[in-house]
Amino acid sequence: MFAGFDFGILWLNAPFLWNGMLLTLQLTLLAVSGGLLLGIVLAVGRLSPIKPLAWLVEGYVNFLRSMPLILVIFWFYTLVPKLIGRPVSGFYSVLIAFVMFEAAYYSEIIRAGISSVRRNQISAAKALGLTNLQSMRYVVLPQAVRNMIPVLLTQSIVMLQDTSLVYVVGLRDFLTSADIVASRDNRPTELYLFVAIVFLIVCFSASRLVNRLRRRYAL
Amino acid sequence: MIELAHVSKWYGPAQVLDDCSMTIAKGEVVVICGPSGSGKSTLIKCINGLEPFSKGTITVDGISVGDRTTNLPKLRSRIGMVFQSFELFPHMTACENIVLAQQKVLGRNREAATAKAAELLARMGLAEHATKFPAQLSGGQQQRVAIARALAMDPIAMLFDEPTSALDPEMITEVLDVMVKLAEDGMTMAVVTHEMGFARKVADRVVFMDQGSIVEDADKEAFFGTPRSQRAQLFLSKILQH
Repeated sequence: MFAGFDFGILWLNAPFLWNGMLLTLQLTLLAVSGGLLLGIVLAVGRLSPIKPLAWLVEGYVNFLRSMPLILVIFWFYTLVPKLIGRPVSGFYSVLIAFVMFEAAYYSEIIRAGISSVRRNQISAAKALGLTNLQSMRYVVLPQAVRNMIPVLLTQSIVMLQDTSLVYVVGLRDFLTSADIVASRDNRPTELYLFVAIVFLIVCFSASRLVNRLRRRYAL
Repeated sequence: MIELAHVSKWYGPAQVLDDCSMTIAKGEVVVICGPSGSGKSTLIKCINGLEPFSKGTITVDGISVGDRTTNLPKLRSRIGMVFQSFELFPHMTACENIVLAQQKVLGRNREAATAKAAELLARMGLAEHATKFPAQLSGGQQQRVAIARALAMDPIAMLFDEPTSALDPEMITEVLDVMVKLAEDGMTMAVVTHEMGFARKVADRVVFMDQGSIVEDADKEAFFGTPRSQRAQLFLSKILQH
């Protein structure tokens, strides 16, 4: 079946492809951490008793969740340099786009996690004299995090796959690097197959990890 | 020490508390009973401001609970509360449950807070369970940890909201024993409970509630001897039948 294919090309271009993978991992890691941080802030804002704040956040979340990610990437690619008045590397504009976009999804997951903690737990925390913030920090969030870790990780796996969209702004992530080699050496089948297998391995192992965590941290 | 004057509360159009007044003096043990839905739990949660109330005043140690300027967290840290469903923090060990508020609210250092937790757990007969998580403890053990958690704050009064209602019968005694001991040591207590045996043993007064109002507030002897209200008589005849 693979007669006429030359998989040696992968070996020859391994350092180049590895650099692409590093960028993909770096983007995923930064986008996930940034998205999580902003997501927590958004979730707390959305659950806030201050109604206008909650509405504002709700608007933001619903708006971004209605947008295709690729559009958000285009926006920030053109918007950020205009906003700050100087050119920005594709990497940063894309990263900001990812963080803003993912935060909307993460905030919904976090909100659900927080809501899953029983109300009486908050009463118990308050009855001990903890402030609202302390109750959140020491009682609600640690429990909420356990409930939401599997879902957050699943969303992060999706994020890893979505990073390949940086293709459109010419960043050399894993897929783009493979694509460059594919067109240069005219070996698209080998390269795209390789990309597919790598994504499959990474995402499949990550899902397995999620399932193990889910069992381990079930409260 | 605790004074409720004309406290009323509405949930929308439904009135859940109707002009409730009572006082609990220092060192007094008051048992609050009544049919379910009579407002007992709501009333007791108003005392530490967990439930807001619509009208009237509540003062604890001279501090007005309903006042907007009152520092509620600070006031709550001085009033212990025990819940029907224990509400231990499931992600912390028994010891950590007791240490948390001592450190974060009272500012005690780790050593002092842990020592206090160990001492209280020993008092509750739970010394060997300090490092266990709530899910590894029986209901009775969990509730005793919850009592220890409240006592660790050195409260001036303790509120119990049906502390034995969620327990299997064989575990009720171990929790009640701890509460009896506490009462005998002079703790000021307000206890919502159906355990009339407990009331007979340690209560100074019994308050009977029905449909949001305090129907009867009497000395223990008077209440169990000859309750004045018909509703209290009916209630007693029902729960003392068995």
